[in-house]
Amino acid sequence: MECVFGMVGKGFALVVADSSAVNSILVHKSNEDKIMVLDSHKLMGASGEAGDRAQFTEYVQKNVALYQYRNGIPLTTKAAANFMRGELATALRKNPYMVNIVLAGYDKETGPSLYFIDYIATLHKVDKAAFGYGSYFALSMMDRHYHPNMTVDEAVKLADQCIEEIRSRLVVAPQNFVIKIVDEDGAREHLWRRTTKD
Amino acid sequence: MSIFEYNGSALVAMVGKNCFAIASDRRLGVQLQTIATDFQRIFKIHNKLFLGLSGLGSDAQTLHQRLVFRHKLYQLREERDMKPETFASLVSAMLYEKRFGPYFCQPVIAGLGEDDKPFICTMDSIGAKELAKDFVVAGTASESLYGACESMFKADMDHEELFETISQALISSVDRDCLSGWGGHVYVVTPDEVTERILKGRMD
Repeated sequence: MECVFGMVGKGFALVVADSSAVNSILVHKSNEDKIMVLDSHKLMGASGEAGDRAQFTEYVQKNVALYQYRNGIPLTTKAAANFMRGELATALRKNPYMVNIVLAGYDKETGPSLYFIDYIATLHKVDKAAFGYGSYFALSMMDRHYHPNMTVDEAVKLADQCIEEIRSRLVVAPQNFVIKIVDEDGAREHLWRRTTKD
Repeated sequence: MSIFEYNGSALVAMVGKNCFAIASDRRLGVQLQTIATDFQRIFKIHNKLFLGLSGLGSDAQTLHQRLVFRHKLYQLREERDMKPETFASLVSAMLYEKRFGPYFCQPVIAGLGEDDKPFICTMDSIGAKELAKDFVVAGTASESLYGACESMFKADMDHEELFETISQALISSVDRDCLSGWGGHVYVVTPDEVTERILKGRMD
């Protein structure tokens, strides 16, 4: 019942993820961070098989850092997205990573961008994306209320509306959500939306 | 649901008088959920050669990257662009290499060959080439497309009429297929120019 979703606004991109770590009927913890900060200006929200998620996101984060050390400049968001797609595609026919990714980034030249990367390595640049059962509610809410060049407040309000829908309509809804933002000042945690404290 | 129908696609290519047209739908889906309405399925290999890839989106992207790589190498070695017939053979060989673990794609290749003679062909996911003189189709809407093209096609259309015909055939076919649609993307290629147009159809 994991869900990750994201959207692009005016000069920023937002990624929201639930923070429950679940094993069958047991909730291990409800403050699990599923949105990894890849580098100063990239956020990678991942959902799927827990072990694959942790392994893959760490692997990508370290490779993104390695590129920067070797070449002196950071990867663009598009390049990072394509690198991830390549790794997922190579592993797909051997030992697939069951991880769905929403990649948000800010580049000085091209501004904010959001990428949808499926677990079978389908890559697409989008304005809004969502994964998991929550996507049925989040995508519909965003289709209705999203417009290009939203401000941060408008985007957070829309994210809250999506979270509200998920909480009220999904049978085993996650308890807590984390909202992270990336803009020209960098990638950082923005807000938490809690129903239970850990 | 078959893996070929996972993302949903519709592709058609038609031959005209010294020109060809290739068209695709724009939907990217994950089974019955629509993810995007601006997905690119037709790729330019060079000015007179276009490749459309229907089927699984991930394999279409992988195949496109591999083929662009092979074509760039060919250009460096041969110092010219690949002929469409040669390219079709290359695609066929690459697909058959993976005979027992195939790419889940059905390519549509369209180009202007020697003396700007139009060439189109399609193949199945393991590289069985199907050359045609009039039109080729691929994707989840292929059955509707066969019917629409068979009834609307005329030989030796000029590029204006060809654009109208291929657009009507594409739109009427994807309207009957829930997995493809959300507009159309049409390329009409003559020896002098390439025209790219976006179609608006039923957005559902």
